[in-house]
Amino acid sequence: MNAKFLSYLIKRLLMALLTIFLVIAITFFVMHAIPASPFSSEKAKSDAVIAALEAKYGFDKPVPIQFLNYLWSILHGDFGLSTGWVGNTVIDLIIGGFSYSARIGFTAGIIAIVLGVIFGSVAALQRGKALDKIIQIVTTALVSMPSFVMATLLLLVFALQLGWLPSMGNQEGGLVLPIISLSLYPMAYVTRLQRSSMLDVLGQDYIRTARAKGVSDWKVIFKHALKNTLTPVITYAGPMMAYILTGSMVVENIFSVPGLGRLFTNSMLRTDYMMIMGVTIFLATMIILMNFISDILYKVVDPRIDLT
Amino acid sequence: MSEENKKLKKNPFSLQVDPALFEAASDEEKAQQVTMRESVSFMRDAMRRLRKNHIAMISLCVILLIALIAFVVPTFYPYTYTKQDVSAQNLAPFQYSAKEQAKIARGQSVFPHIMGTDALGRDYAIRVIYGTRISLLVGIFSALIVIVIGILYGSISGYFGGKVDMIMMRIVDIIYSLPDVLIVILLSVAIKDWVSASKSTLIARLGAGMVSIFIVFGLLYWVSMARQVRGQILSIKEQEYVLASKAIGASPARIIRKHMIPNCVSVIIIIAAMQIPSAIFTESFLSFLGLGVSIPMPSLGSLASDARTGLRSYPYQLIFPALSIFLIVLSFNLLGSGLRDAFDPKLRA
Repeated sequence: MNAKFLSYLIKRLLMALLTIFLVIAITFFVMHAIPASPFSSEKAKSDAVIAALEAKYGFDKPVPIQFLNYLWSILHGDFGLSTGWVGNTVIDLIIGGFSYSARIGFTAGIIAIVLGVIFGSVAALQRGKALDKIIQIVTTALVSMPSFVMATLLLLVFALQLGWLPSMGNQEGGLVLPIISLSLYPMAYVTRLQRSSMLDVLGQDYIRTARAKGVSDWKVIFKHALKNTLTPVITYAGPMMAYILTGSMVVENIFSVPGLGRLFTNSMLRTDYMMIMGVTIFLATMIILMNFISDILYKVVDPRIDLT
Repeated sequence: MSEENKKLKKNPFSLQVDPALFEAASDEEKAQQVTMRESVSFMRDAMRRLRKNHIAMISLCVILLIALIAFVVPTFYPYTYTKQDVSAQNLAPFQYSAKEQAKIARGQSVFPHIMGTDALGRDYAIRVIYGTRISLLVGIFSALIVIVIGILYGSISGYFGGKVDMIMMRIVDIIYSLPDVLIVILLSVAIKDWVSASKSTLIARLGAGMVSIFIVFGLLYWVSMARQVRGQILSIKEQEYVLASKAIGASPARIIRKHMIPNCVSVIIIIAAMQIPSAIFTESFLSFLGLGVSIPMPSLGSLASDARTGLRSYPYQLIFPALSIFLIVLSFNLLGSGLRDAFDPKLRA
């Protein structure tokens, strides 16, 4: 924790904040470039009613003022009022949906990392043998399957054909299939990362030294190798977050989970602009923060990395 | 003895040349000078290694076969992707509707529905083929966009270096950290109305999702290409032949074009090959969410999404598009890793 690290931390934090600001700006201006008013699609209303609605939601002011207002209210945790679910604030809906998505996403992420690290290490230690080949074939197949294909196939096989697990998210054990479908792709990805980084580390001099000293295989792996193989996995944490959050849009739709992803797709159907903006900004912030954390962790874990 | 005397005695300090050196070379000596092996350029060397990689070659063949089917079969296929037949809804593969059976009974030939029909009685095989075509087109065009913008940006940044490089790379850093899929979704929601109202038939046919995918690829996806190309250019810049070229007054454009880009080819090929599957993923993802191609144009994502309603009764309507997208992405992934093994100089044995 020296001055160099601190300055890196601050630089990286400012960068993350700038990116979040940019996302807010892009989201705001893209949504405001749409000529249609969010109220024009609904049943015919008199001009006075539309004007009153626009005044209520603050749409009557000039766009730059609206942007500043929006920014100001976001800083206070206020993402405005939903027009698709009348009577609800956007932030309440987001929090409600996120409680489901976080549960699924967090579990899926943990499963992906733990199993991925185990499978990857096993494959590396068994290099060239049958088990390694099987793991490689399966992971190659899994990373070639989009999340919606994975989810619908799991639904078809385990819920509809075999009937082992429920197809709806609100039933008992209904979150098992969504979690599995979200975790398979990142798990395969982590396995591949872990395999190559384990092979890399096992070829290093200090491992040979440890072996030469007579340290047992297991101790070499757990004490000397494993810690150093985890750096690539840490860098994948950010992209994994992005995958799980966007993947949850299809997976939650397929399994009818009332999470953030389904909320987002529904708000697109209802052309609820405030909601679309709010969820986009929320998800983007999560992804950017995760990238920030994994970047910092990466530097903490491996002090050899240059801090520039 | 007399033989020895005829030759001039060699004085080690004289400048007199040794006549033995000027004798005609014997055939044996000539044979030594012949190049046994033709010189192998980097490209040919890489291609040779690629050809030896069976998995990559099989994937390439699969891709070519799929492309052939996707672009040639629709020209002579008896069904179109829009033609609906109310009497032939949700047929199983190779099943005939009552009307068609009557036709066969009358001795007319009816082309079988290889993959059955969908809920509106449209032939499913041709719809899957069109969906495959969309996926391939998205993959290829996105690779092209990434190649053009990435090379331009990366080579300018790397070549000029200094302040220009610093500013350009800061921009790349920021773009790199933007969540791309979210921006694609946002953009496709935003331009949906504009696209469907568009006078241009091409844009209207492509649909909001496709247009926004291409816009976002043009805006965001080239950054990893630009980074890699820049890194490569930075190291090539220090080479002597570039200095020599500069010394004889070659313009920056010429140096970039003639010396730098050919040396970046391996990086460009590797990154472009990796970009294709991710582009195909994004398109099918958007189509699945209903933001992709415009109806009635099918895409593998929208076909899979439509299949969900009748999943219990007609699972094959999911299996066919799922299988074809899996096959396409798998082949591109395997080809990509084969290309990486063949073109990455660090892995050269």
